[in-house]
Amino acid sequence: MSDPAVRVAAAEAGAATVVRLAGLSHRYGDILAADDLVLDIPAGCMVGLIGPDGVGKSTWLGLIAGARRIQRGSVEVLGGDMADARHRARVCPRIAYMPQGLGKNLYPTLSVFENIDFFGRLFGQSEAERRRRIDELLAATGMAAFADRPANKLSGGMKQKLGLCCALIHDPDLLILDEPTTGVDPLSRRQFWQLIARIRASRTGMSVLIATAYMEEAEGFDWLVAVDAGRVLATGTPGELRARGGTHTLEEAFIALLPEERRRDHHRLEIPPIETGEVVIEARGLQMRFGDFVAVDDVNLEVRRGEIFGFLGSNGCGKSTTMKMLTGLLEPSAGEALLLGRKLEARNVDTRRRVGYMSQSFSLYGELTVRQNLDLHARLFHLPAPEAAARITDLARRFDLDPVMDVQPDALPLGIRQRLQLAVAVLHRPDVLILDEPTSGVDPVARDGFWELIVDLSRGDGVTIFITTHFMNEAQRCDRISLMHAGRILASDTPAAIAATRGTDSLEEAFVAYLEEASGSADQPAPAAPAVPAGVGDGAAPSAPREDAARHAERLARFSLARLLSFSAREATELRRDPVRLTLALLGSLVLMLVMGYGITMDVEDLHYAVLDHDRSLASDSYTLRIAGSRYFLEQPPLASHADLDARMRAGKLAMAIEIPPGFGRDLARGKAPQVAVWLDGSMPLRAELARAYVGGVHAQTLADVIAESGAGPLRALASVEPRYRYNPELLSLVAMVPKVIPLLLVFIPAMLTALGVVREKELGSILNVYTTPVTKLEFLVGKQLPYIALSMFNFALMFVLAVALFQVPFKGSLPALATGALLYVTATTGLGLLASTLTASQVAALAGTSIGTLLPAIQFSGLMDPVSSLEGGGYWIGAIYPTTHFLTIASGTFSKALGFAELGSAFMPLALAIPVLTFLSALLLKKQAK
Amino acid sequence: MANGSTLLRNTWNLGLKEFRSLSRDMALMFLIVFMFSASIYADARAKPESLNRASIAVVDEDRSQLSTRIVAALQPPQFIPPEHVGLADMDRGMDAGLHTFVLDIPPDFERDVLAGRSPALQLNVDATRQSQAQTGTGYIQNIIDDEVRAFVQRVRTPAPQPVELVPRAMFNPNLNASWFAAINAIINNVTMLGILLTGAALIREREHGTIEHLLVMPVTPFEIMMSKVWSMGVVVLLASSFSLQVMVKGVLGIAVAGSALLFGAGTLLYLFAAASIGIYMGTIARSMPQFGLMSILVLLPLQILSGGVTPRESMPETIQYLMSLAPTTHYVSLAQAILFRNAGPDLVWPAFLMVAAIGVAFFYLALHRLRRTIGTMQ
Repeated sequence: MSDPAVRVAAAEAGAATVVRLAGLSHRYGDILAADDLVLDIPAGCMVGLIGPDGVGKSTWLGLIAGARRIQRGSVEVLGGDMADARHRARVCPRIAYMPQGLGKNLYPTLSVFENIDFFGRLFGQSEAERRRRIDELLAATGMAAFADRPANKLSGGMKQKLGLCCALIHDPDLLILDEPTTGVDPLSRRQFWQLIARIRASRTGMSVLIATAYMEEAEGFDWLVAVDAGRVLATGTPGELRARGGTHTLEEAFIALLPEERRRDHHRLEIPPIETGEVVIEARGLQMRFGDFVAVDDVNLEVRRGEIFGFLGSNGCGKSTTMKMLTGLLEPSAGEALLLGRKLEARNVDTRRRVGYMSQSFSLYGELTVRQNLDLHARLFHLPAPEAAARITDLARRFDLDPVMDVQPDALPLGIRQRLQLAVAVLHRPDVLILDEPTSGVDPVARDGFWELIVDLSRGDGVTIFITTHFMNEAQRCDRISLMHAGRILASDTPAAIAATRGTDSLEEAFVAYLEEASGSADQPAPAAPAVPAGVGDGAAPSAPREDAARHAERLARFSLARLLSFSAREATELRRDPVRLTLALLGSLVLMLVMGYGITMDVEDLHYAVLDHDRSLASDSYTLRIAGSRYFLEQPPLASHADLDARMRAGKLAMAIEIPPGFGRDLARGKAPQVAVWLDGSMPLRAELARAYVGGVHAQTLADVIAESGAGPLRALASVEPRYRYNPELLSLVAMVPKVIPLLLVFIPAMLTALGVVREKELGSILNVYTTPVTKLEFLVGKQLPYIALSMFNFALMFVLAVALFQVPFKGSLPALATGALLYVTATTGLGLLASTLTASQVAALAGTSIGTLLPAIQFSGLMDPVSSLEGGGYWIGAIYPTTHFLTIASGTFSKALGFAELGSAFMPLALAIPVLTFLSALLLKKQAK
Repeated sequence: MANGSTLLRNTWNLGLKEFRSLSRDMALMFLIVFMFSASIYADARAKPESLNRASIAVVDEDRSQLSTRIVAALQPPQFIPPEHVGLADMDRGMDAGLHTFVLDIPPDFERDVLAGRSPALQLNVDATRQSQAQTGTGYIQNIIDDEVRAFVQRVRTPAPQPVELVPRAMFNPNLNASWFAAINAIINNVTMLGILLTGAALIREREHGTIEHLLVMPVTPFEIMMSKVWSMGVVVLLASSFSLQVMVKGVLGIAVAGSALLFGAGTLLYLFAAASIGIYMGTIARSMPQFGLMSILVLLPLQILSGGVTPRESMPETIQYLMSLAPTTHYVSLAQAILFRNAGPDLVWPAFLMVAAIGVAFFYLALHRLRRTIGTMQ
């Protein structure tokens, strides 16, 4: 894997160190991931971190990459202190970091090309340069044919290769790979390491730092660090470590190096021969189609009780699908699966009770502790409480979960999470166990522990076990294995028989031979001359380009518009790939505008009222008729009594009741000024106020008419008030409302569009790219914001046209003023969403926060219903600074009042001011390192 | 099909899990507390009266005793003390949105009144501010009437009114808007959380792959849904009851007439409907960002058009009909009836029935979709 020349070079360069850790301590709760660590890592060679899960390997790598904040001690990388933000900014272009987990830092909807291209842009490469580098990388990794495939449609191995391409795009001097081949099939794994070797051959100066669980792989590294419990157990070449352990293989050597108490439980795994039992599962011509795609075709199998049956094959060959069909979790498209002679049904709950299942990706609750997860599953399988408690204690001991019982799995390394998943799968003592890559990323000791348990279940309890694995020594342990490729079974027999058929020494070689034959190519189309990005450190003159690189790094550390735009371009591409979101944003706002434009009305009309007439005279009739004639009121059947009035008011059937006193007509004639009582339903104050005003108006008019008719001559008021309704003379709701609906929609939708921008990356993992690339917080935030500002402006244009064309709301003022206001406003509102996103830790919280943070102030405090000047207390102050207030002024000013920049100047200032304030706050809250 | 006790136990246990998840999310917990405390307070305190602190400017061209009396009568809390502006500046303040009203008292106004010439005052109203425009105009007319009458009475006796109109407001004698605002804010928050929490919880399970895991367990989609409905229902019910008892009755000192128990029952029923809508949306949206947008598109009409902001009877009939299919409309109506008008079960049962029926319909739709999406997920 690594040629002798390189090793010699590494040995000579022994004095040079690339990473120097001193007194480094890092703690998560009670767990020490680094315990007063002192370690110098030599430059220019391939260094492996080996050790069990959860001992701190990933944390060390994160600290070295600058993705985590240092708690105590010092981390020196490439000649500087990583606690110093300036140094981090300077060296991060020289470091490449590929985190644990298949494609965790990739963008799933972006294609292979776009993913790499994005990383290239972050490092300030020109388009021609990116093009050349991407072509070379894709050719070198054999991915050229898949350049246009979205990352989420790639197999695990291809995702890892893509991750590597993204890491290598900028010629790093230090390449950090955290379990790069976990969950990758042997063929892809072999290709992956060949690729790394080729790259190193042409870039001799590069240091590679790898954490791995595969001891066979570590065997090929130059220098190893054996890690346990946050400390260094031993360092040296693989040969030295083997010699120290006095063993033949590194795996055995590692176990020998472990402290006594950790080794105690470990012994060589013995698998007793299987006794032939009855056929438990039988498959006849199983086929699974997803649309046109045939995932699994014509699978025929018989599996006996207690048998351990392994599936091998490259990623995405149909192994998982086959297993799911065999246990009735998935209904086959054709053929049938029988459990003990009875057809399996996917919907049957009893079937599920007999099956234990462990999926490939972690699918337990990250927010519950380990104990709570186990407990939940015990309850869902209805284990009696005492038995459940005993079972959980037993499993915790067997799977070595005791120290982490009260920790949330989110904070645990992959290996321990896998153990937890297996514990959950066997909790209810199933008859059939399906294990989909259960040992990916699990350390050798724990893997043997797994197998002890699996063997025990199989031989002891007669549990039939289906398992997929990429470890050949595990495949060797199966009673029978099936090699799968592209949905078909290539061979199915005992491991020894399969190796014998191909005439190979090992199962791995047989496997690779089968796969190569099936995929029709003897070898990967790798170019003879390694096509590796030619850049710095071509070996010949390492010092001059190094200075160049330093200058390049200095340049990268500064604010860059190009990098900002690369975030915008990526966000825009993702948005384009999500037509549902686009449609909701554009069409949704138009529909809402229609509904709300027609629906919100201040013209209080058709108020239900009834009359309680104690007089029943001609005079009372003519008086009440006047009210019935008003368009504001809708008369209901008359009231019989006070009790009736009370009941109907209480039921909400009446907004108003009019009570005419007894002797109304008589008193009127005698000039005794009878009193007419008006009862209003005060539960809706706005409606009551308006009703009072309307009925007062009708009353006054009635009196004037009555007096005029009586011939006493027109009643002359002492003085009159003549209201002039400005801007909206007919008091039309629509004219008043539509200019108000636009500002409302332009706060809710833009804020919601950006609300998940940051928190989603935090939740799904791609935020790491912000931690480890030269991008600044401002570039990240503003870059993300730009596409949404553009989309919102388009939205604004649509709504404006709808308002003027469909609603025929007259537009009287200055369009440039309105458009400028809208631009400032949507910039502020998208900024508001980003702020909510940086404040929260989960997407749910960000959604709720944005909803409450926009709906409440915009509807209640921004002058939609009541002018801000009429508000009091906190509401007034929120209203005074909230952007919606000011854009409402601009919108109604330009729409209804024929105003322009000059008159509305005072509304633009607070809007313009809100933008930097919001961006500054977001930048302040956004962290450029993980804890 | 699982029997009843299994169903209850699974639903109970899955629901407990939801509580645990929620309690880990500090930001979300804070938001829930905030929404039902500080936010309610701010909302209620912001507008204690319906016509409150209306901004008015006066152009006093008369500068007489009478005009001074009129200006002095335009006082808080209904009005912000009037600002005197010149005739030339009348429009500017209004254009900038500083004044809702500008009253112009013409020269020789007092003299003309006393001479019985019935002079006219001009009142400019910013009609884009509809709520204040109409009520405010009425107030101003009355105030001027009273002042002029009182002023003139010292000189001669004016003719009495032939009929007197005596308006009285029931249930809320002072037409105090803070009652209305506080209850309305609680209703809005119940709607928002009821929909968001459950829907987002479902999407979160999908994005994290945990729902796939649940499906290999002896758990049915019905149980998964019910567990989310009851757990989130309890959270929001507790928060809203706290808000009603402590914030509204205690801190804000609003005398709520009706039965808190009956309101609680209505809220629980409504939460069932809201949560079902949330889950239904969660089965339609493919990702959290889609769900977020969708929720805004649903929440906005629910809040604004359900009768909580403006009276329903004044909306166009199509909208009234459409909104009668939303549970919020019926919930607003039952909440107002119970809390303001002290209505009993005999009066509000139709609203309860409607909320329940709509809830069941959405629950069924959501269950149907959940079963289908699960079928295609594997």
